[in-house]
Amino acid sequence: MSIVEMIGRLGALVLDSITRLGWFVLFLLGSVFYVFVPPYKPRLWIRQIRIIGADSLFLIILIGGFTGMVLGLQGYSTLSRFGSEGALGTVVALVLVRELGPVLAAIMLTARAGSAMAAELGSMQASEQIDALTVMAINPVQYLVSPRMLAGVLSFPLLTAIFDVIGIYGGYMVGVGLMGAPSGAYFNGIADSMTGHDVMMSVYKALVFGVVVIWVCCYKGYHAERMATGVSRATTEAVVLSSVLILAFDYFLGSILL
Amino acid sequence: MSQPEINHQAVAENRETAGNGNAVEVRDLRKRFDHQQVLDGITLDFPAGQITTIVGPSGSGKTVLLKHLNLLLRPDSGTIVIDGADVTKISGRSLDAVREKLGMLFQSGALFDSMSVFDNVAFPLVEKTKLNREEIAGRVRETLQAVGLDGMEGKFPSQLSGGMQKRAALARALVHRPKILMLDEPTTGLDPTRTAAIHELIRRTQIDFHLTVVMVSHDVPEVFKICDRVAFLHNGKTRLNGTVDEVMAADDEIFKRFLAGKASGEENETALAG
Repeated sequence: MSIVEMIGRLGALVLDSITRLGWFVLFLLGSVFYVFVPPYKPRLWIRQIRIIGADSLFLIILIGGFTGMVLGLQGYSTLSRFGSEGALGTVVALVLVRELGPVLAAIMLTARAGSAMAAELGSMQASEQIDALTVMAINPVQYLVSPRMLAGVLSFPLLTAIFDVIGIYGGYMVGVGLMGAPSGAYFNGIADSMTGHDVMMSVYKALVFGVVVIWVCCYKGYHAERMATGVSRATTEAVVLSSVLILAFDYFLGSILL
Repeated sequence: MSQPEINHQAVAENRETAGNGNAVEVRDLRKRFDHQQVLDGITLDFPAGQITTIVGPSGSGKTVLLKHLNLLLRPDSGTIVIDGADVTKISGRSLDAVREKLGMLFQSGALFDSMSVFDNVAFPLVEKTKLNREEIAGRVRETLQAVGLDGMEGKFPSQLSGGMQKRAALARALVHRPKILMLDEPTTGLDPTRTAAIHELIRRTQIDFHLTVVMVSHDVPEVFKICDRVAFLHNGKTRLNGTVDEVMAADDEIFKRFLAGKASGEENETALAG
């Protein structure tokens, strides 16, 4: 291959990447825009809130509980070296609320709801169901994606809050109940150190993560290739990209909000 | 398989609803994907009230043409007039108004997996009309009966055979009483008995519902028993276009090789390249 051909291919790759990025962003804008455009479909919203939110509750409680328990265990082990067991509640609560709660909840929801979303839309794309909606004069983005976006924006902060609360009690069970940290100091420390800003940071992160996960997973599924490996590839890419973006946005939001 | 008697009055009535007797008019349609010119100046008329079948070797542009007619794709150039409206020049609600005159049967059926047969067939009425539940239920049952699926309302697509899925998908395409029905290889994957049954069903519903039918099919020459006109595409162009008798009598080497290849169960792309 000559240098001219190589440059040409590189240029085509760059142009193609920019075009794909453009479609990616337009997909997000469309999915948000159509939430506010009639016809409104409350039954679709409720269905997606149930699937993304309510059906994920047990998982969030489970993971939140274990995360808090690990934090209680490791936190006590470390703090006891410095005689600072009384700060256990502060450490557990702040770590959960500021970081682990939004991030782990989002990653778990990506694995559970996001992957299912990508697979469902990918399967619909492969079997021409999305084309069928278009031919019936029904906007597929409005019908399939916007309800999921709305459900994600509503569900992610609520589930994150539940994750945080369960995690704090998980840390209490282990740190205080098993390891012997002072009980009063645990919750007093939380009350003294936790501010409204910390709680809002958690909410903002959860909101952003909700948008990112729904956006990426729906986009990947909606644009899955119509072949045997198309759906599996779309699902894998959706989970991986969502997870990477969650961590990237976590850093950027943390640097802005702290 | 005997052909049902043609309702000439119904055909004439349907023809009156389209401009110039054509339900769809395609003029010099061109479409390119990357470096391949898939449609290279297609010009075709689809007369109202008749069944027109589009045939041709793989890669001739049949499905791409059908996707332009059912408004899933936009051409690079050329015009498509559907029921008097040039759809290449409109968008938004105007385009949706044209879509509501169309019914589409996809090759895979494209039934919604999570819905029952009843909900699938009712879907266009629920989403796009103001009919109440009783009216919708009545229309759905009537349409399911017309395609021979009465009693199957509660089944899910995964519980149906291939032929029954096609019938359910056909019912969904017909339930809102379109003017133009488009079919993408409606008998692919079906055995000869079911293929004949689907062909008969298509002909019967075309007469009963006063439809214009545009069909892409690989079932050549069996499909010629039910269609009125044939369009043979080759390399993105219209090579032959006319009634079944006209096309079969045409002295075209490529079409003859295509037919011979179909008869022997082979499709020699090199031989058909002309």
